[in-house]
Amino acid sequence: MGFISRGFRGRRREESGDARVPPGQYVTDDFPVLSAGPTPHTPLAEWTFSVTGEVPESRSWTWGEFLTLPSEHFTVDIHCVTKWSKLATVWEGVSVDTLLEGVESEAAYVVAYCDGDYTTNLPIEDLVDGKAWVVYAYDDQPLEPEHGGPARLLVPHLYFWKSAKWVRGLELRSENEPGFWETNGYHMRGDPWQEQRYWGD
Amino acid sequence: MAGTALLGRLSWRLGTVVALRDETSRVRTIVLDMPGWLGHQPGQHVDVRLTAEDGYRAERSYSIASPPEQDEVELTVEYLEDGEVSSYLVGELREGDQLELRGPIGGYFVWTADRPAPLQLIAGGSGVVPLMCMLRHRAAVGSLAPARLLYSAKTHDQIIYADELERLATADDGFELFETVTGITPPGWTGYSRRIDQQMLATVAWPAAARPTSFVCGPTSLVESVATSLLALDHDPASIKTERFGPTGGA
Amino acid sequence: MAMSDDELRLDGNALAGDLGEIFAADMTGVSCRCAHCGRIDAMGSQHLYRSPRAPGAVLRCAACGGLLLVFVRHPGGPLLSLWGLDWVQVGSYRTQGQSEAESHAEREQR
Repeated sequence: MGFISRGFRGRRREESGDARVPPGQYVTDDFPVLSAGPTPHTPLAEWTFSVTGEVPESRSWTWGEFLTLPSEHFTVDIHCVTKWSKLATVWEGVSVDTLLEGVESEAAYVVAYCDGDYTTNLPIEDLVDGKAWVVYAYDDQPLEPEHGGPARLLVPHLYFWKSAKWVRGLELRSENEPGFWETNGYHMRGDPWQEQRYWGD
Repeated sequence: MAGTALLGRLSWRLGTVVALRDETSRVRTIVLDMPGWLGHQPGQHVDVRLTAEDGYRAERSYSIASPPEQDEVELTVEYLEDGEVSSYLVGELREGDQLELRGPIGGYFVWTADRPAPLQLIAGGSGVVPLMCMLRHRAAVGSLAPARLLYSAKTHDQIIYADELERLATADDGFELFETVTGITPPGWTGYSRRIDQQMLATVAWPAAARPTSFVCGPTSLVESVATSLLALDHDPASIKTERFGPTGGA
Repeated sequence: MAMSDDELRLDGNALAGDLGEIFAADMTGVSCRCAHCGRIDAMGSQHLYRSPRAPGAVLRCAACGGLLLVFVRHPGGPLLSLWGLDWVQVGSYRTQGQSEAESHAEREQR
Protein backbone atom coordinates (compact mmCIF):
# COMPACT_ATOMS: atom_id res chain seq x y z
CA MET A 1 0.00 0.00 0.00
CA GLY A 2 1.10 3.58 -0.57
CA PHE A 3 1.24 6.56 1.68
CA ILE A 4 -0.42 6.41 5.11
CA SER A 5 -1.44 9.65 6.82
CA ARG A 6 0.12 9.59 10.26
CA GLY A 7 -2.50 9.67 12.96
CA PHE A 8 -5.54 9.67 10.66
CA ARG A 9 -8.38 7.45 11.80
CA GLY A 10 -11.40 8.73 9.92
CA ARG A 11 -15.09 8.44 10.67
CA ARG A 12 -15.88 6.06 13.50
CA ARG A 13 -16.40 2.69 11.94
CA GLU A 14 -16.31 -0.87 13.09
CA GLU A 15 -15.78 -3.66 10.70
CA SER A 16 -18.01 -5.92 12.65
CA GLY A 17 -17.25 -9.61 12.76
CA ASP A 18 -20.91 -10.02 13.56
CA ALA A 19 -22.67 -12.41 11.20
CA ARG A 20 -25.41 -9.83 11.01
CA VAL A 21 -23.19 -7.51 8.95
CA PRO A 22 -22.39 -8.37 5.34
CA PRO A 23 -18.75 -8.63 4.22
CA GLY A 24 -16.82 -5.43 3.64
CA GLN A 25 -19.22 -3.20 5.56
CA TYR A 26 -18.62 -0.78 8.43
CA VAL A 27 -21.30 -0.19 11.05
CA THR A 28 -22.14 3.46 11.65
CA ASP A 29 -24.62 5.34 13.84
CA ASP A 30 -25.63 8.17 11.58
CA PHE A 31 -27.93 8.18 8.58
CA PRO A 32 -26.29 10.20 5.83
CA VAL A 33 -28.42 12.12 3.35
CA LEU A 34 -27.35 11.08 -0.13
CA SER A 35 -28.80 12.26 -3.36
CA ALA A 36 -28.58 12.20 -7.12
CA GLY A 37 -30.52 15.38 -7.56
CA PRO A 38 -32.66 18.04 -5.87
CA THR A 39 -35.29 16.90 -3.38
CA PRO A 40 -38.70 16.61 -5.05
CA HIS A 41 -41.66 18.06 -3.19
CA THR A 42 -44.80 16.51 -4.62
CA PRO A 43 -47.85 17.81 -2.77
CA LEU A 44 -49.69 14.96 -1.05
CA ALA A 45 -52.89 15.96 -2.83
CA GLU A 46 -51.17 15.05 -6.11
CA TRP A 47 -49.28 11.99 -4.87
CA THR A 48 -50.29 8.58 -6.17
CA PHE A 49 -48.72 5.15 -6.08
CA SER A 50 -49.33 2.79 -8.98
CA VAL A 51 -48.71 -0.77 -10.03
CA THR A 52 -48.44 -0.88 -13.81
CA GLY A 53 -46.82 -2.76 -16.67
CA GLU A 54 -47.48 -6.39 -17.47
CA VAL A 55 -50.55 -6.69 -15.28
CA PRO A 56 -54.14 -7.39 -16.33
CA GLU A 57 -55.19 -4.09 -14.81
CA SER A 58 -53.16 -1.19 -13.39
CA ARG A 59 -53.98 -0.11 -9.89
CA SER A 60 -53.37 3.15 -8.14
CA TRP A 61 -53.84 4.69 -4.70
CA THR A 62 -54.02 8.30 -3.61
CA TRP A 63 -52.13 9.28 -0.44
CA GLY A 64 -55.33 9.03 1.58
CA GLU A 65 -56.11 5.59 0.17
CA PHE A 66 -52.52 4.45 0.69
CA LEU A 67 -52.66 5.25 4.38
CA THR A 68 -55.71 3.04 4.83
CA LEU A 69 -53.85 -0.03 3.58
CA PRO A 70 -52.70 -2.48 6.25
CA SER A 71 -49.27 -1.39 7.45
CA GLU A 72 -46.45 -2.91 9.42
CA HIS A 73 -44.07 -1.47 11.98
CA PHE A 74 -40.72 -3.23 11.82
CA THR A 75 -37.00 -3.06 12.42
CA VAL A 76 -34.29 -3.98 9.89
CA ASP A 77 -30.62 -3.42 9.14
CA ILE A 78 -29.68 -1.45 6.05
CA HIS A 79 -26.51 -1.75 3.99
CA CYS A 80 -25.20 0.82 1.54
CA VAL A 81 -22.96 -0.12 -1.35
CA THR A 82 -20.44 2.49 -0.17
CA LYS A 83 -19.74 0.22 2.79
CA TRP A 84 -21.74 1.73 5.62
CA SER A 85 -24.39 -0.28 7.45
CA LYS A 86 -26.90 1.01 9.96
CA LEU A 87 -28.41 -1.55 12.28
CA ALA A 88 -31.87 -1.73 13.77
CA THR A 89 -33.61 0.98 11.78
CA VAL A 90 -37.29 1.36 12.54
CA TRP A 91 -39.86 1.83 9.80
CA GLU A 92 -43.56 1.79 9.11
CA GLY A 93 -45.20 1.10 5.78
CA VAL A 94 -47.11 -1.16 3.47
CA SER A 95 -45.72 -4.51 2.41
CA VAL A 96 -45.23 -4.88 -1.32
CA ASP A 97 -47.10 -8.18 -0.95
CA THR A 98 -50.16 -6.11 -0.05
CA LEU A 99 -49.66 -3.87 -3.06
CA LEU A 100 -49.34 -6.84 -5.41
CA GLU A 101 -52.07 -8.87 -3.79
CA GLY A 102 -54.21 -10.57 -6.41
CA VAL A 103 -52.06 -9.34 -9.26
CA GLU A 104 -51.49 -12.07 -11.79
CA SER A 105 -48.45 -11.56 -13.92
CA GLU A 106 -45.75 -13.49 -15.73
CA ALA A 107 -43.35 -10.59 -15.29
CA ALA A 108 -40.08 -11.59 -13.66
CA TYR A 109 -38.79 -8.05 -13.09
CA VAL A 110 -39.87 -4.74 -11.68
CA VAL A 111 -38.75 -1.17 -12.22
CA ALA A 112 -39.42 1.17 -9.34
CA TYR A 113 -39.94 4.68 -10.63
CA CYS A 114 -39.77 7.85 -8.57
CA ASP A 115 -40.14 11.60 -8.49
CA GLY A 116 -36.86 13.18 -9.55
CA ASP A 117 -36.53 10.63 -12.38
CA TYR A 118 -34.75 8.04 -10.28
CA THR A 119 -35.33 4.40 -11.13
CA THR A 120 -34.04 1.06 -9.93
CA ASN A 121 -34.67 -2.45 -11.19
CA LEU A 122 -35.25 -5.66 -9.22
CA PRO A 123 -36.26 -9.26 -9.81
CA ILE A 124 -39.85 -9.58 -8.62
CA GLU A 125 -38.89 -12.34 -6.21
CA ASP A 126 -36.80 -9.79 -4.29
CA LEU A 127 -39.92 -7.77 -3.62
CA VAL A 128 -42.33 -10.42 -2.44
CA ASP A 129 -42.78 -12.78 0.52
CA GLY A 130 -42.19 -10.18 3.17
CA LYS A 131 -38.94 -8.84 1.73
CA ALA A 132 -39.99 -5.32 0.73
CA TRP A 133 -42.21 -2.41 1.71
CA VAL A 134 -43.22 1.06 0.67
CA VAL A 135 -42.52 2.97 3.86
CA TYR A 136 -43.69 6.37 5.04
CA ALA A 137 -42.33 6.59 8.57
CA TYR A 138 -38.81 6.29 9.91
CA ASP A 139 -38.05 6.14 13.63
CA ASP A 140 -41.74 6.71 14.33
CA GLN A 141 -41.79 10.05 12.53
CA PRO A 142 -43.15 10.84 9.07
CA LEU A 143 -40.41 10.16 6.54
CA GLU A 144 -38.58 13.42 5.79
CA PRO A 145 -38.13 14.55 2.19
CA GLU A 146 -34.33 14.31 2.54
CA HIS A 147 -34.72 10.62 3.33
CA GLY A 148 -37.22 9.92 0.60
CA GLY A 149 -40.48 11.17 2.04
CA PRO A 150 -43.40 11.04 1.70
CA ALA A 151 -42.70 7.40 0.78
CA ARG A 152 -39.79 5.29 -0.34
CA LEU A 153 -39.23 1.70 -1.32
CA LEU A 154 -37.45 -0.38 1.29
CA VAL A 155 -35.68 -3.59 0.29
CA PRO A 156 -33.28 -4.22 3.19
CA HIS A 157 -31.81 -7.49 1.96
CA LEU A 158 -30.29 -5.71 -1.05
CA TYR A 159 -27.90 -2.73 -1.11
CA PHE A 160 -29.66 0.44 -0.11
CA TRP A 161 -29.63 2.10 -3.54
CA LYS A 162 -32.43 -0.34 -4.40
CA SER A 163 -34.56 1.26 -1.67
CA ALA A 164 -35.64 4.00 -4.01
CA LYS A 165 -36.52 7.37 -2.51
CA TRP A 166 -39.67 9.25 -3.55
CA VAL A 167 -41.12 6.09 -5.08
CA ARG A 168 -44.31 6.55 -7.07
CA GLY A 169 -44.88 3.11 -8.53
CA LEU A 170 -43.75 -0.32 -9.60
CA GLU A 171 -43.79 -1.36 -13.23
CA LEU A 172 -43.78 -5.11 -13.87
CA ARG A 173 -41.79 -6.28 -16.88
CA SER A 174 -40.39 -9.39 -18.53
CA GLU A 175 -37.13 -7.64 -19.29
CA ASN A 176 -34.64 -6.65 -16.63
CA GLU A 177 -33.98 -3.06 -17.55
CA PRO A 178 -31.22 -1.29 -15.61
CA GLY A 179 -32.19 1.69 -13.50
CA PHE A 180 -30.17 4.77 -12.58
CA TRP A 181 -27.16 3.34 -10.76
CA GLU A 182 -27.34 0.06 -12.64
CA THR A 183 -26.81 2.02 -15.84
CA ASN A 184 -23.80 3.67 -14.29
CA GLY A 185 -21.68 0.74 -13.35
CA TYR A 186 -23.52 -0.82 -10.43
CA HIS A 187 -24.75 -4.39 -10.16
CA MET A 188 -28.12 -5.42 -11.55
CA ARG A 189 -29.17 -7.20 -8.36
CA GLY A 190 -27.02 -5.86 -5.50
CA ASP A 191 -26.93 -8.62 -2.89
CA PRO A 192 -24.68 -7.43 -0.03
CA TRP A 193 -24.13 -10.98 1.17
CA GLN A 194 -22.41 -11.79 -2.10
CA GLU A 195 -20.86 -8.31 -2.34
CA GLN A 196 -22.61 -7.61 -5.64
CA ARG A 197 -21.65 -3.95 -5.74
CA TYR A 198 -20.56 -3.29 -9.32
CA TRP A 199 -21.17 -4.73 -12.77
CA GLY A 200 -18.82 -7.61 -13.18
CA ASP A 201 -19.01 -8.68 -9.53
CA MET B 1 3.50 25.88 -16.63
CA ALA B 2 1.23 27.97 -14.46
CA GLY B 3 -1.89 29.20 -16.14
CA THR B 4 -2.35 26.67 -18.92
CA ALA B 5 -5.61 24.83 -19.31
CA LEU B 6 -3.87 21.62 -20.30
CA LEU B 7 -2.83 19.92 -17.09
CA GLY B 8 -1.82 16.49 -18.19
CA ARG B 9 -2.75 13.79 -15.75
CA LEU B 10 -3.21 15.14 -12.22
CA SER B 11 -1.24 12.79 -10.07
CA TRP B 12 -1.13 12.50 -6.32
CA ARG B 13 1.94 13.97 -4.76
CA LEU B 14 3.31 14.48 -1.26
CA GLY B 15 3.99 17.78 0.43
CA THR B 16 5.56 18.41 3.83
CA VAL B 17 3.99 20.60 6.49
CA VAL B 18 6.54 23.30 7.31
CA ALA B 19 4.32 25.52 9.44
CA LEU B 20 0.87 25.74 10.95
CA ARG B 21 -0.90 28.97 11.75
CA ASP B 22 -4.16 29.41 13.65
CA GLU B 23 -6.34 31.98 11.93
CA THR B 24 -9.34 31.73 14.27
CA SER B 25 -10.44 29.29 16.96
CA ARG B 26 -11.69 26.86 14.31
CA VAL B 27 -9.59 27.75 11.29
CA ARG B 28 -6.00 26.87 10.62
CA THR B 29 -3.59 27.53 7.77
CA ILE B 30 -1.29 24.72 6.68
CA VAL B 31 1.94 25.79 5.01
CA LEU B 32 3.36 23.14 2.70
CA ASP B 33 6.60 22.59 0.91
CA MET B 34 5.55 21.03 -2.41
CA PRO B 35 8.53 19.79 -4.38
CA GLY B 36 7.99 20.09 -8.10
CA TRP B 37 5.00 22.40 -7.74
CA LEU B 38 4.59 24.20 -11.04
CA GLY B 39 2.54 27.10 -9.77
CA HIS B 40 -1.17 27.86 -9.73
CA GLN B 41 -3.76 30.49 -10.49
CA PRO B 42 -5.71 32.31 -7.77
CA GLY B 43 -9.02 30.53 -7.25
CA GLN B 44 -7.75 27.04 -7.95
CA HIS B 45 -7.96 24.26 -5.40
CA VAL B 46 -6.32 20.99 -4.47
CA ASP B 47 -7.81 17.62 -3.56
CA VAL B 48 -6.39 16.31 -0.28
CA ARG B 49 -6.44 12.57 0.39
CA LEU B 50 -6.02 10.96 3.79
CA THR B 51 -5.39 7.24 4.21
CA ALA B 52 -5.76 5.35 7.48
CA GLU B 53 -3.69 2.30 8.37
CA ASP B 54 -6.44 -0.09 7.32
CA GLY B 55 -6.61 1.53 3.91
CA TYR B 56 -9.73 3.62 4.61
CA ARG B 57 -9.55 6.80 2.57
CA ALA B 58 -11.19 10.18 2.68
CA GLU B 59 -10.79 12.98 0.17
CA ARG B 60 -11.79 16.64 0.28
CA SER B 61 -11.09 19.72 -1.81
CA TYR B 62 -9.48 22.87 -0.39
CA SER B 63 -8.84 26.18 -2.08
CA ILE B 64 -5.25 27.36 -2.30
CA ALA B 65 -4.81 30.39 -0.03
CA SER B 66 -1.28 31.43 -0.99
CA PRO B 67 -0.69 33.57 -4.07
CA PRO B 68 1.31 32.08 -6.96
CA GLU B 69 4.12 34.50 -6.09
CA GLN B 70 4.81 32.55 -2.89
CA ASP B 71 6.98 29.43 -2.93
CA GLU B 72 5.10 27.43 -0.31
CA VAL B 73 1.56 26.34 -0.89
CA GLU B 74 -0.89 27.33 1.84
CA LEU B 75 -4.28 25.82 2.55
CA THR B 76 -6.69 27.39 5.03
CA VAL B 77 -9.03 24.82 6.54
CA GLU B 78 -12.11 25.28 8.70
CA TYR B 79 -12.94 22.70 11.34
CA LEU B 80 -16.41 21.28 10.65
CA GLU B 81 -18.49 19.52 13.27
CA ASP B 82 -18.15 15.75 12.68
CA GLY B 83 -15.76 16.44 9.83
CA GLU B 84 -13.40 13.46 9.59
CA VAL B 85 -10.94 15.28 7.33
CA SER B 86 -11.16 18.80 8.76
CA SER B 87 -10.75 17.53 12.31
CA TYR B 88 -7.53 15.81 11.27
CA LEU B 89 -6.17 18.80 9.36
CA VAL B 90 -7.05 21.34 12.04
CA GLY B 91 -6.42 19.16 15.08
CA GLU B 92 -3.98 16.32 14.51
CA LEU B 93 -1.66 17.34 11.66
CA ARG B 94 1.82 18.43 12.82
CA GLU B 95 4.85 20.15 11.38
CA GLY B 96 6.92 17.57 9.60
CA ASP B 97 3.93 15.44 8.60
CA GLN B 98 3.33 14.73 4.96
CA LEU B 99 0.08 15.40 3.17
CA GLU B 100 -1.05 13.74 -0.05
CA LEU B 101 -2.70 16.02 -2.56
CA ARG B 102 -3.23 16.67 -6.24
CA GLY B 103 -3.58 19.91 -8.07
CA PRO B 104 -3.84 22.69 -8.89
CA ILE B 105 -7.36 22.12 -10.16
CA GLY B 106 -9.81 24.43 -11.87
CA GLY B 107 -9.87 26.96 -14.66
CA TYR B 108 -13.32 28.42 -14.28
CA PHE B 109 -13.19 29.99 -10.84
CA VAL B 110 -9.92 31.78 -11.49
CA TRP B 111 -8.78 35.41 -11.57
CA THR B 112 -5.44 36.73 -12.70
CA ALA B 113 -4.18 40.26 -12.33
CA ASP B 114 -3.88 40.81 -16.06
CA ARG B 115 -7.62 41.43 -16.08
CA PRO B 116 -8.49 45.13 -15.74
CA ALA B 117 -12.19 44.90 -14.89
CA PRO B 118 -13.30 45.80 -11.34
CA LEU B 119 -13.04 42.74 -9.12
CA GLN B 120 -16.06 41.93 -7.00
CA LEU B 121 -15.55 39.35 -4.28
CA ILE B 122 -18.36 38.00 -2.11
CA ALA B 123 -17.63 35.40 0.53
CA GLY B 124 -19.36 33.45 3.26
CA GLY B 125 -17.28 31.83 5.97
CA SER B 126 -14.39 29.78 4.63
CA GLY B 127 -15.46 30.82 1.11
CA VAL B 128 -13.10 33.75 1.64
CA VAL B 129 -10.06 31.52 1.09
CA PRO B 130 -9.88 31.49 -2.75
CA LEU B 131 -10.86 35.17 -2.79
CA MET B 132 -8.04 36.00 -0.38
CA CYS B 133 -5.71 34.23 -2.78
CA MET B 134 -6.91 36.58 -5.50
CA LEU B 135 -6.38 39.63 -3.27
CA ARG B 136 -2.90 38.52 -2.28
CA HIS B 137 -1.99 37.99 -5.91
CA ARG B 138 -3.43 41.37 -6.80
CA ALA B 139 -1.31 43.05 -4.12
CA ALA B 140 1.82 41.10 -5.04
CA VAL B 141 1.79 42.27 -8.65
CA GLY B 142 0.51 45.76 -7.89
CA SER B 143 -2.61 45.37 -10.01
CA LEU B 144 -4.63 48.52 -10.61
CA ALA B 145 -7.92 46.68 -11.00
CA PRO B 146 -10.15 48.11 -8.27
CA ALA B 147 -11.48 45.47 -5.87
CA ARG B 148 -14.22 45.08 -3.30
CA LEU B 149 -14.75 42.27 -0.84
CA LEU B 150 -18.06 41.70 0.93
CA TYR B 151 -17.44 39.08 3.60
CA SER B 152 -20.10 37.39 5.74
CA ALA B 153 -19.09 35.55 8.91
CA LYS B 154 -21.06 34.14 11.81
CA THR B 155 -19.27 36.20 14.45
CA HIS B 156 -16.55 38.82 14.51
CA ASP B 157 -13.96 36.44 15.88
CA GLN B 158 -14.63 33.99 13.05
CA ILE B 159 -13.55 36.46 10.39
CA ILE B 160 -10.58 34.76 8.76
CA TYR B 161 -7.54 36.94 7.86
CA ALA B 162 -9.12 39.83 9.78
CA ASP B 163 -5.91 41.79 10.41
CA GLU B 164 -4.50 41.24 6.96
CA LEU B 165 -7.73 42.42 5.33
CA GLU B 166 -7.76 45.56 7.50
CA ARG B 167 -4.15 46.32 6.57
CA LEU B 168 -4.86 45.80 2.89
CA ALA B 169 -7.89 48.08 3.01
CA THR B 170 -5.94 50.79 4.80
CA ALA B 171 -2.87 50.62 2.57
CA ASP B 172 -4.62 50.36 -0.78
CA ASP B 173 -7.11 52.96 -1.98
CA GLY B 174 -8.18 50.61 -4.72
CA PHE B 175 -9.43 47.96 -2.27
CA GLU B 176 -12.59 48.32 -0.18
CA LEU B 177 -13.63 45.91 2.54
CA PHE B 178 -17.18 45.33 3.75
CA GLU B 179 -17.99 42.89 6.49
CA THR B 180 -21.19 41.52 7.90
CA VAL B 181 -21.75 39.33 10.91
CA THR B 182 -24.88 37.17 11.09
CA GLY B 183 -24.72 36.25 14.78
CA ILE B 184 -23.81 38.30 17.83
CA THR B 185 -22.11 41.59 17.00
CA PRO B 186 -19.36 42.94 19.23
CA PRO B 187 -19.67 46.36 20.88
CA GLY B 188 -18.56 49.14 18.57
CA TRP B 189 -19.16 47.07 15.46
CA THR B 190 -19.43 49.30 12.41
CA GLY B 191 -20.10 46.62 9.82
CA TYR B 192 -23.39 45.06 8.80
CA SER B 193 -25.22 42.66 11.06
CA ARG B 194 -27.38 40.41 8.91
CA ARG B 195 -27.19 37.89 6.07
CA ILE B 196 -26.17 39.29 2.71
CA ASP B 197 -29.27 40.37 0.83
CA GLN B 198 -30.07 42.24 -2.34
CA GLN B 199 -30.29 45.56 -0.54
CA MET B 200 -26.81 45.16 0.93
CA LEU B 201 -25.45 44.22 -2.48
CA ALA B 202 -27.13 47.21 -4.07
CA THR B 203 -25.29 49.40 -1.58
CA VAL B 204 -21.79 47.91 -1.40
CA ALA B 205 -21.23 45.88 -4.53
CA TRP B 206 -20.06 47.38 -7.79
CA PRO B 207 -23.12 48.31 -9.83
CA ALA B 208 -23.74 46.44 -13.06
CA ALA B 209 -22.78 49.58 -14.97
CA ALA B 210 -19.21 49.25 -13.69
CA ARG B 211 -19.07 45.86 -15.41
CA PRO B 212 -17.22 44.00 -12.70
CA THR B 213 -16.20 40.36 -12.68
CA SER B 214 -17.79 38.77 -9.65
CA PHE B 215 -16.61 35.76 -7.67
CA VAL B 216 -18.98 34.33 -5.08
CA CYS B 217 -17.84 31.56 -2.75
CA GLY B 218 -19.13 29.93 0.41
CA PRO B 219 -22.03 27.78 1.59
CA THR B 220 -24.41 26.77 -1.19
CA SER B 221 -27.35 28.78 0.17
CA LEU B 222 -25.30 31.99 0.31
CA VAL B 223 -23.79 31.48 -3.13
CA GLU B 224 -27.13 30.84 -4.77
CA SER B 225 -28.94 33.70 -3.09
CA VAL B 226 -26.13 36.16 -3.88
CA ALA B 227 -25.97 35.03 -7.51
CA THR B 228 -29.74 35.47 -7.79
CA SER B 229 -29.50 38.96 -6.27
CA LEU B 230 -26.70 39.99 -8.60
CA LEU B 231 -28.79 38.91 -11.59
CA ALA B 232 -31.72 40.89 -10.20
CA LEU B 233 -29.37 43.88 -10.06
CA ASP B 234 -28.78 43.43 -13.80
CA HIS B 235 -25.31 41.92 -13.69
CA ASP B 236 -24.34 39.98 -16.77
CA PRO B 237 -24.62 36.25 -15.91
CA ALA B 238 -21.36 35.55 -17.73
CA SER B 239 -19.58 37.92 -15.35
CA ILE B 240 -20.57 35.98 -12.22
CA LYS B 241 -18.46 32.98 -11.21
CA THR B 242 -19.55 30.80 -8.33
CA GLU B 243 -17.99 28.12 -6.17
CA ARG B 244 -20.18 26.26 -3.70
CA PHE B 245 -18.56 24.84 -0.60
CA GLY B 246 -21.63 22.89 0.48
CA PRO B 247 -23.24 23.34 3.87
CA THR B 248 -21.22 24.52 6.82
CA GLY B 249 -21.25 22.03 9.64
CA GLY B 250 -21.48 18.30 9.13
CA ALA B 251 -19.20 17.01 6.40
CA MET C 1 -31.17 18.82 12.13
CA ALA C 2 -31.63 17.31 8.71
CA MET C 3 -29.73 19.14 6.00
CA SER C 4 -31.78 19.68 2.88
CA ASP C 5 -30.45 18.02 -0.24
CA ASP C 6 -30.36 21.39 -1.93
CA GLU C 7 -27.92 22.65 0.71
CA LEU C 8 -25.69 19.70 -0.11
CA ARG C 9 -25.52 20.70 -3.75
CA LEU C 10 -22.05 21.63 -5.01
CA ASP C 11 -20.91 22.53 -8.50
CA GLY C 12 -18.69 21.21 -11.24
CA ASN C 13 -15.60 22.72 -9.60
CA ALA C 14 -15.66 19.94 -7.02
CA LEU C 15 -15.61 17.22 -9.69
CA ALA C 16 -12.64 18.60 -11.56
CA GLY C 17 -10.03 16.55 -9.74
CA ASP C 18 -11.84 13.29 -10.49
CA LEU C 19 -12.45 14.25 -14.10
CA GLY C 20 -8.74 14.99 -14.33
CA GLU C 21 -8.18 11.24 -14.07
CA ILE C 22 -9.91 10.85 -17.40
CA PHE C 23 -9.40 14.10 -19.28
CA ALA C 24 -6.19 15.95 -19.93
CA ALA C 25 -7.80 19.37 -20.03
CA ASP C 26 -9.19 21.27 -17.06
CA MET C 27 -12.84 20.28 -16.88
CA THR C 28 -14.23 23.25 -14.98
CA GLY C 29 -13.61 25.73 -17.74
CA VAL C 30 -15.00 23.66 -20.60
CA SER C 31 -18.30 24.69 -22.07
CA CYS C 32 -20.93 22.01 -22.17
CA ARG C 33 -24.29 21.78 -23.88
CA CYS C 34 -27.19 20.22 -22.00
CA ALA C 35 -28.92 17.56 -24.11
CA HIS C 36 -32.25 18.29 -22.41
CA CYS C 37 -32.60 22.06 -22.72
CA GLY C 38 -29.71 23.11 -24.95
CA ARG C 39 -28.20 25.57 -22.47
CA ILE C 40 -24.45 26.06 -22.81
CA ASP C 41 -22.37 26.98 -19.81
CA ALA C 42 -19.11 26.22 -18.03
CA MET C 43 -18.89 22.81 -16.40
CA GLY C 44 -17.82 24.55 -13.20
CA SER C 45 -21.19 26.28 -12.92
CA GLN C 46 -23.35 23.17 -13.26
CA HIS C 47 -24.96 21.57 -10.22
CA LEU C 48 -23.16 18.67 -8.59
CA TYR C 49 -24.67 16.15 -6.20
CA ARG C 50 -22.09 14.14 -4.37
CA SER C 51 -21.00 13.14 -0.92
CA PRO C 52 -18.32 10.76 0.32
CA ARG C 53 -20.80 7.97 1.08
CA ALA C 54 -22.93 8.25 -2.04
CA PRO C 55 -22.61 5.73 -4.90
CA GLY C 56 -21.42 8.39 -7.33
CA ALA C 57 -21.30 12.02 -8.32
CA VAL C 58 -24.14 13.36 -10.44
CA LEU C 59 -23.82 16.53 -12.49
CA ARG C 60 -27.04 18.28 -13.52
CA CYS C 61 -27.81 21.26 -15.71
CA ALA C 62 -28.05 24.38 -13.59
CA ALA C 63 -30.92 25.63 -15.74
CA CYS C 64 -33.22 22.62 -16.18
CA GLY C 65 -31.95 20.00 -13.69
CA GLY C 66 -31.43 17.48 -16.47
CA LEU C 67 -28.78 14.82 -15.95
CA LEU C 68 -25.48 15.71 -17.64
CA LEU C 69 -23.04 13.10 -16.44
CA VAL C 70 -22.43 10.55 -13.71
CA PHE C 71 -19.02 9.73 -12.23
CA VAL C 72 -18.49 6.53 -10.25
CA ARG C 73 -15.32 5.46 -8.55
CA HIS C 74 -15.47 1.84 -9.67
CA PRO C 75 -12.71 -0.35 -8.22
CA GLY C 76 -11.63 -1.23 -11.75
CA GLY C 77 -11.13 2.42 -12.58
CA PRO C 78 -13.03 5.69 -12.71
CA LEU C 79 -16.28 5.32 -14.65
CA LEU C 80 -17.96 8.17 -16.45
CA SER C 81 -21.25 8.30 -18.30
CA LEU C 82 -21.93 11.35 -20.41
CA TRP C 83 -25.37 10.76 -21.77
CA GLY C 84 -26.85 14.12 -20.88
CA LEU C 85 -24.25 16.15 -22.73
CA ASP C 86 -24.53 17.04 -26.38
CA TRP C 87 -20.91 18.09 -26.33
CA VAL C 88 -18.13 19.62 -24.32
CA GLN C 89 -15.73 22.11 -25.78
CA VAL C 90 -12.27 22.50 -24.38
CA GLY C 91 -10.57 25.84 -24.16
CA SER C 92 -10.30 28.52 -21.56
CA TYR C 93 -13.88 29.42 -20.61
CA ARG C 94 -12.82 33.04 -20.48
CA THR C 95 -11.79 33.25 -24.11
CA GLN C 96 -14.67 31.00 -25.12
CA GLY C 97 -17.25 33.60 -24.33
CA GLN C 98 -15.29 36.34 -22.67
CA SER C 99 -17.64 38.17 -20.41
CA GLU C 100 -19.12 41.32 -21.77
CA ALA C 101 -17.56 43.11 -18.83
CA GLU C 102 -14.06 42.06 -19.68
CA SER C 103 -14.36 42.95 -23.35
CA HIS C 104 -15.72 46.34 -22.38
CA ALA C 105 -12.96 47.00 -19.85
CA GLU C 106 -10.32 45.93 -22.33
CA ARG C 107 -11.68 48.32 -24.94
CA GLU C 108 -11.73 51.17 -22.44
CA GLN C 109 -8.12 50.52 -21.51
CA ARG C 110 -6.85 51.12 -25.00
